[in-house]
Amino acid sequence: MTDVAPAPFRNEKALRRLKKRRAADARFRLYGLSAIAFALLALSVLVASIGFQAISAATYHKVGFDVVLDPAVIAPKGKDTPADISRNVDGFYALIRSNLQGTFPEAAEDRMATRQLGDLVTRLAVLPTAKWVSENPTQIGQAATIKVPLSDDLDLYLKGAVSKEFRLRLGDISAVTEAAPRQVRLTGDGAFKALQSLIAVQRQEVGDAVDARSILISAGSTTGRIMSLDADAAEVTLLTGSATDFSNVRPTARMIELPETERNVSDLQIAWTLALKDKGRVSRVPHTSLLTHTDSTYPELAGALAAIVGSLLTMMVTAFIAIPIGIFASVYLEEFAPRNRLTEIIEVNINNLAAVPSIVFGLLGAAVFLGFFGLPRSAPLVGGLVLALLTLPTIIIASRAALKSVPPSIRAAALAVGASKMQSVFHHVLPVAGPGIFTGAILGMARALGETAPLLLIGMVAFVADVPVGPTDEATALPVLIYSWSTNAERAWEPMTAAVIVILLMFLITMNGIVVLLRRRFERRW
Amino acid sequence: MVQQLGHLPMGWLMLALLAMLASGAFFVGRVQAARFSGPGSARVHSRPNYHGYYVAMWTFVPAMVVALGYGLFGDGLVRSMLSSELPANFQDMPRVELDVYLNSIARAAFHHGYSGADRVFSAITNRFLELQGLIKASTIVLALVCAATGFLLARRRVAPGFRARNRVEGGIEIFLFLCAAIAIATTIGIVASLLYESLRFFAEIPFWDFLFGTRWNAQTSAEFGALPLFFGTFMIALIAMLIAAPVGLFAAIYLSEYAGPKVRGWVKPILEILAGIPTVVYGFFALLVVAPAIRSVAIWINTTLISTGLASEPLLAAQPTSALAAGLVMGIMVIPFVSSLSDDVINAVPQTLRDAAYAMGATKSETVKHVVLPAALPGIIASLLLAVSRAIGETMIVVMAAGQRARISADPTADLTTITVQIVALLTGETEFDSPKTLSAFALGLVLFVVTLFFNLIALRVVQKYREKYD
Repeated sequence: MTDVAPAPFRNEKALRRLKKRRAADARFRLYGLSAIAFALLALSVLVASIGFQAISAATYHKVGFDVVLDPAVIAPKGKDTPADISRNVDGFYALIRSNLQGTFPEAAEDRMATRQLGDLVTRLAVLPTAKWVSENPTQIGQAATIKVPLSDDLDLYLKGAVSKEFRLRLGDISAVTEAAPRQVRLTGDGAFKALQSLIAVQRQEVGDAVDARSILISAGSTTGRIMSLDADAAEVTLLTGSATDFSNVRPTARMIELPETERNVSDLQIAWTLALKDKGRVSRVPHTSLLTHTDSTYPELAGALAAIVGSLLTMMVTAFIAIPIGIFASVYLEEFAPRNRLTEIIEVNINNLAAVPSIVFGLLGAAVFLGFFGLPRSAPLVGGLVLALLTLPTIIIASRAALKSVPPSIRAAALAVGASKMQSVFHHVLPVAGPGIFTGAILGMARALGETAPLLLIGMVAFVADVPVGPTDEATALPVLIYSWSTNAERAWEPMTAAVIVILLMFLITMNGIVVLLRRRFERRW
Repeated sequence: MVQQLGHLPMGWLMLALLAMLASGAFFVGRVQAARFSGPGSARVHSRPNYHGYYVAMWTFVPAMVVALGYGLFGDGLVRSMLSSELPANFQDMPRVELDVYLNSIARAAFHHGYSGADRVFSAITNRFLELQGLIKASTIVLALVCAATGFLLARRRVAPGFRARNRVEGGIEIFLFLCAAIAIATTIGIVASLLYESLRFFAEIPFWDFLFGTRWNAQTSAEFGALPLFFGTFMIALIAMLIAAPVGLFAAIYLSEYAGPKVRGWVKPILEILAGIPTVVYGFFALLVVAPAIRSVAIWINTTLISTGLASEPLLAAQPTSALAAGLVMGIMVIPFVSSLSDDVINAVPQTLRDAAYAMGATKSETVKHVVLPAALPGIIASLLLAVSRAIGETMIVVMAAGQRARISADPTADLTTITVQIVALLTGETEFDSPKTLSAFALGLVLFVVTLFFNLIALRVVQKYREKYD
């Protein structure tokens, strides 16, 4: 026998099997990795999409108006008390409208255009100015620059969110001939060649739909709509400004993908906005009104102040109820409770309550606090009570864990020097467990801050225009504001909602940051 | 005069009164005890402070009970007294209308009386204020009497041999117990309110029609067949679990078995961020990003199928809000619930079991599949059950991204509605408490509570048993 039989685990078959097993192992590992990758990807898509939206709401456009605060308009006889002035929306808006009509006289030609011009700025946008003037009556009669937010649709247009837009510089225009009033023919050697080829390319992509698109041509503060063109000349309907601008400045062409009938902003409004921008009257400023204004039906005027205050009031009620009760309950269960049937039921109960859907707590609040006790609807008091019941189990469970981690030697030492059970707990165990309990309380509050459903059921979804001052005032909360804004149809609400989400997440991040710091600072191993 | 009393701000008044009574009693008790417990005095059981606390306790608690009684029943008492005095034509009013009327009376009274032209209203408002004043005044008197009685009785017991500390600590312990019992009170409150309103609902709508009816149209016509809602809830929870279960489980296995401490230290907290994001944010994400994406994919599938001749008409509903969008996002939300609990139980499996498997030549994945997972199975099942219960009870995501139409459809791109969506739809806005429409929300709530309770109880029981096994 010269042949040595191959080792039993080294034969072909075994090696193949081993290879298969190792491949299975690698696959298994890959599943795990891809699961984690999926979760992380989902998180980053979520954060990125909300962050991207929110950034576009971080700034907005304001238009400046140089007006004279004419007392005859803003404070006519009989309506000149500060209170009247602060409410005189019509008067202040009249100033702005006449300024706009002075800047764009062509709008007076037909009523449609006049109305569109007025839509550049929402009527109610003048309220802060009215308030400011009523507080500084010396300003009446003086010249002043009023800055008001641009209407939400045009703001979105300037941010490029209304429609895709192709923009290109055209060649020099050599001659401008006026065929009829507001109808001009622009000629220039090869000036429109680039535009022509763009149209050709687009026609290949979308077909004749390209004919429905508006092509605007602007130079300086003059803008017109191109009606027909060839390489060297174009027929233009003048929307605003004077045709002579075209021979002075090299014009720019804009092809707006969405046809005029499908968007909320007309070509005329775009032309005016571009003109205002060219005159340096439109400025992009930080969107501070998001933090200083209350809710509004107009996105450019709306802010989250009332909801922030409402959330704070609600959290205050919740904290005042849930934290002490939670701590006392956990002290009882952890330190004093005898091991009997009743405490066992309480424990199972608490664990269960922690997993009851939050909306059920809303039903409880609606039936008991509103229906039975007759507390006011929409009030932070009721919201706080419901959220307190909701967070109580979380706080109790966290505090019990903290109490449990205190070593028995501390209790024994206290008892040994003659402290009573109560003294040992309140003088020694509780202070040592303090940071852990505080951590649990903050986590409970963070959960309460993000809750929406129970607050909907007790009516905190109402439109609140005033900042609430007490716990029984009508109020709303940040997450509820997110919900109600997200149900609004207008496009401009999307970035606004995302911005409020960012505000809410800031609060949550701060609270969790405190928790992490506390853990780092006070973590003790016994 | 009595009417003026009706305007008393009872909350603040009682608070101030109680604080004053308690602190006064404390000082009286303390001073009294200090007299006999100076230096050189022999055999005093408790320190003067405890005597003070004792007296304060007995002064405070009876008065507090009276104040609480007023808070709970005062308003109702005033109303029932008033309505029993009302003239005959009010007595015939339906209960709801009477309540509304009384509410407006109370509001007028709250804003310092009614000075309008309605004589009857004005008279009733005044009478309301009178009754309120009467009740308030008698509450204060009663509270004072109770406090005084308690104070006198407690003060008499202050003596050197009296074990004041033990008594005070006994009192504190009772208070601590009451705090713990609030959890039970909450459960009882939930069950009682849900049951009470549901029974009223089932008095009008037969129970079986509700449970197995297939037409739900609570808002417009009174059709209360909740089966489509149960189906929608089940469908969305199923989609969510189809995502969360494998992802969460594999993430937990990878983190506990494969990942090094550094990766684990980073990934675990990041996964937990998912659990900390408010659900309304997920809802917004579903509405803004996921639902439109799913819709366009569904439309693309439809057009491809039609253009290739595989289908003659659109196969998928491709609605702007869909069960798939809600389920997908809910699945992402539920991942950490699965992964973190599973991670805990996998880590709790003793290392010796793994070592034994390795010693037999098993690869890592074989060890996980044949040793670790079977050992951790009960805990993993518990984590899945808890996640299911989360998914069933989740509200905001489905409210924002699932839709309002009650129907039974297996198409995941169609919009479905769920129990929670309907509860929110029925109870937001102006609601009157007696219509079957509102009551049906409580019946739905009861179903939701019972189902989630069932899942939770099993899961908690399993977790508890399992914990004992390896401890």
